[in-house]
Amino acid sequence: MKTQYKLAALASVVLLVAFGVLYSGKSVNASPSGQITGTVKLDGQAPKQKVIDMSKEPSCAQIHAGSPVTTEAVIAGANGGLKNVVVYISEGLSPADAAQVPAQSNQINQKGCQYLPHVVAVDTNQKVEVVNSDSTSHNIHPMPKPGGPNHEWNKSQPPGAPPFQEAFGTEEVAIPVKCNVHPWMRGYIAVVKGPYGVSDGDGNFTISNVSPGNYTLTAWQETYGTQTQKVTVAAGKPTAVNFVFKAK
Amino acid sequence: MGKMFSIVVVLIALLSAVPILRHTWTPPVDISTHGHAIDEQMSETMAEAGLSFLAAQIILALFVWKFSGRREDEKVSHFPGGAKVMVIAAVLLVGSEVLALGIVGQRAWASVYFTPPAPNALQIQTQAGQFAFYFRYPGPDGKFGPLHPDKIDEGMQNFFGLDPDSDPDSKDDIVTAELAIPVNREVHLLMHAKDLGHSFYVRELRIQQDFVPGLDLSVHFTATQTGRFEIVCTQLCGLGHYNMRAFLSVLSQDDFDKWLKQKASEQ
Repeated sequence: MKTQYKLAALASVVLLVAFGVLYSGKSVNASPSGQITGTVKLDGQAPKQKVIDMSKEPSCAQIHAGSPVTTEAVIAGANGGLKNVVVYISEGLSPADAAQVPAQSNQINQKGCQYLPHVVAVDTNQKVEVVNSDSTSHNIHPMPKPGGPNHEWNKSQPPGAPPFQEAFGTEEVAIPVKCNVHPWMRGYIAVVKGPYGVSDGDGNFTISNVSPGNYTLTAWQETYGTQTQKVTVAAGKPTAVNFVFKAK
Repeated sequence: MGKMFSIVVVLIALLSAVPILRHTWTPPVDISTHGHAIDEQMSETMAEAGLSFLAAQIILALFVWKFSGRREDEKVSHFPGGAKVMVIAAVLLVGSEVLALGIVGQRAWASVYFTPPAPNALQIQTQAGQFAFYFRYPGPDGKFGPLHPDKIDEGMQNFFGLDPDSDPDSKDDIVTAELAIPVNREVHLLMHAKDLGHSFYVRELRIQQDFVPGLDLSVHFTATQTGRFEIVCTQLCGLGHYNMRAFLSVLSQDDFDKWLKQKASEQ
């Protein structure tokens, strides 16, 4: 081969390898990240939740035949742990961290004529994936603030329809979600910026990938509203933060 | 060709009468006190219309048989009197048929809609809204508390928009997704629509009544058999209309009292 062609081939290979390395390294976070963990508790007695009668939809009523379903406005565990509380950083995020949009979607599953999970958190422009696992049609209808920047929509999914994905462009804590076909169904989508966590059945939450710094943390619960706390996050050891909501 | 047509028309007419005469399709079980009158009216109408239909088809077949296959130069026969007489005769015949049906049929209809409910009828309220029916019982105080549409919160099961904290009459109201009633007791069902037009229909009760938004309507009926029956919406009301239904449970008085107590504890 002529010398120029050899050089050109070598240069191309070097360029290709360089691109490959740089591209694969795109999502690598060079700076060390911290974590926030904690528990959200309810101080007092949780209000009695109402029983949901699904008799108009026998296929769903059947699923819950042995264990009746109730409203989920306040779910407190045996030790007072509050479930479905969204914990997120409301102040102090660097513009770079605030602009991060996770590539993976978070799922809302219509199952047994309920939204599972009851509360989903996503970042602005992060995809929510809506799945219909029931043998009946659903029509999911998120209801953002009327006249606000988030677009109101609803979408039908007959049984067996493929999941679809949607996202919201502006923070809103939180968007109530209803089903146009089944009036008792209720869920929430909390749209935030930066890393977030949602408390589990014991009230425990974990927020990962937090850059070290000083922040204001906000906890939101659908009945009790919001609470804030200031935190400092360092790389390595997780920062512990707890919230307590007072029962009315 | 015409003769063939005549034969086919008569055959079709006679064959269509067969499933009717053999009662191939029976109406659903009648569980209501007024159901018999309605079913009888239905049978009478079917008989009268059926006989008229057969007569019309056979006369048509006879005419086609007699006047088909005419040669080009044969004289054309005319109906005596011409078209004018025919039209008048048709109007008189059909008019009197419809009038007779209306006069005879109004008795069955009036027995349901023009008689007031008994003063001790059990009052139950129902609200139709996309896409479910919900029911409210007045509770021990016998009074329905006021409705506040702005307080409707379906996610928390407050379908009627009640405010028991401010309205004492609402405190003991019982809201359910199922319509349970005691057997052999007259029920006065108060109806209103939350959003748009719907309709309440229970086949076995022989009752169908539209909900008209803005109007407070009602029906009254007495169920004579226990069982579980379907209430379906029979007025197209949107994408979930096909799915809009509830269940009517006719129970013995004891079972009904137990059921109501259970529902009261779930409020």
